[in-house]
Amino acid sequence: MAAPPAIEITDLYYSVDGRPVLEGISLTVAQGEIVAVMGLSGSGKTSLLRCIMGLVRPQQGSIRVLGQEMVGAGERQLNQARKSIGFVFQYAALFDSMNVDENVAFALRQHTGLDQATISRIVADRLATVGLSGTGGLMPSQLSGGMRKRVGIARALALEPKTMLYDEPTSGLDPITARAIDELILDLRSRLGVSSLVVSHDIATSLGMADRLALLYEHRFVAMGTPQALQHSQDPLVVQFLQGRTSGPITVV
Amino acid sequence: MLRAFASLGHGLLDFLSFLGGSFLLFADTLGYLARGRLSLRDTVRQMSAIGGDSLPIVLVTLLFGGMVLSLHTVDQFVRFGATSLIGGVVAISMTRELAPVLTGVVVAARAGSAMAAELGSMNITEQVDALRALAVSPTRYLVVPRLLAAVLILPIITTFAIAAGGLGAFLVAVSQGVSAAEYIASIQRFLSWSDLFGGLAKTMVFGGIIAMVGTYRGLTASGGAQGVGRATTSAVVLSIVLIYAVNYFLSWLILRLWSGG
Repeated sequence: MAAPPAIEITDLYYSVDGRPVLEGISLTVAQGEIVAVMGLSGSGKTSLLRCIMGLVRPQQGSIRVLGQEMVGAGERQLNQARKSIGFVFQYAALFDSMNVDENVAFALRQHTGLDQATISRIVADRLATVGLSGTGGLMPSQLSGGMRKRVGIARALALEPKTMLYDEPTSGLDPITARAIDELILDLRSRLGVSSLVVSHDIATSLGMADRLALLYEHRFVAMGTPQALQHSQDPLVVQFLQGRTSGPITVV
Repeated sequence: MLRAFASLGHGLLDFLSFLGGSFLLFADTLGYLARGRLSLRDTVRQMSAIGGDSLPIVLVTLLFGGMVLSLHTVDQFVRFGATSLIGGVVAISMTRELAPVLTGVVVAARAGSAMAAELGSMNITEQVDALRALAVSPTRYLVVPRLLAAVLILPIITTFAIAAGGLGAFLVAVSQGVSAAEYIASIQRFLSWSDLFGGLAKTMVFGGIIAMVGTYRGLTASGGAQGVGRATTSAVVLSIVLIYAVNYFLSWLILRLWSGG
């Protein structure tokens, strides 16, 4: 039997107070694949990730993470699945009462019986992975935006997840730091076989590293394909989004 | 008129949803406690935070509370020639009601508000979601230690509160001309251990109310800094009102139990 996909979403519906957020979303991320979801701000990209993590409960549809159903699962099953997924929040969501080391060590302390020396070694390794060696003693309030994001990635990597979900990993960062994060996502795949679902409106990021792209517009996927296919697409929605034009079928005001 | 009814109905719905939500959170918390899923270190840390926050104000509040209680009691009782009752009456009011309720109110204002503010700001900055994403239950990690700490520390703070209140009352009584020996003899005659245990037992319930209201309000805070402010204020107001109301029923129950037994 073939290995189950990292993420398999089928016909997902999610609404808040009767207002639709996602309508009939289907998406598969194969193991080791990097998929980018692009879309306007407020198009439901973050909600999609929150559905996958089980942080919000979609009304209908199916989400399987490595074959395990997340929709309708109990808290215990969700927690089992969550340990195999790393979630990088848009604003990092670091624990502000803990320093960088403690943030990265948190999941290890909660879920493994590892001794302090081993935990310290793993934490140092994760911080080195994101290029932040030697910052372990700093508090989140002392970090720049880019550093916070990278600590968020290190924290999400602590338990060696096979799947990573990134919410706008490069937004608000300078282009060089942004490309460094792109390379990090690619590097995790080549070294550890980590699959990634990256939500972004950074076109350079999405085109540069994703195996496949999906464009989310008005609660639905309107286009999906390889970066080359989308770049050559004649679909006016895709053309307008990739070129960032204000005139076209997509209206923002 | 219609608008007044609508807002009344809205308030009632809010309160019912608060009751339902906080009871669910309480049940979840008890589940973790029953399974022994608790961190002793976090509990002790919370106990020292609650105690450190509240003890100084509790002591000052009760010192003056005892003083004023004694002032009025002496004034009235001397008038009726019932000097031998003063120590007993003051001590019983202090241990059964004054110290437990005032301690509860002060801790609600100091520590309950701090819980709501801390958890509220964690909630709006997605730190609570980050816990869940890291497969850690916010109930187990944030609520269990706070509930346990509040339930355990309240009786300890109240014991100090009774001592402070008793001291204040004694000093005022003596300064008003009541003999120290008579005052103490009166306490010994009227005050029993059951008064102390009853009073302290009530404070454990108050601790539970403060922790559950504070953490629930924090975990359900939304709407930015303003939302955290609202959660904090409403946590304090609700805990205090609940403490007053629940205190009446607990006192009634304890009186029945003691006199029945």
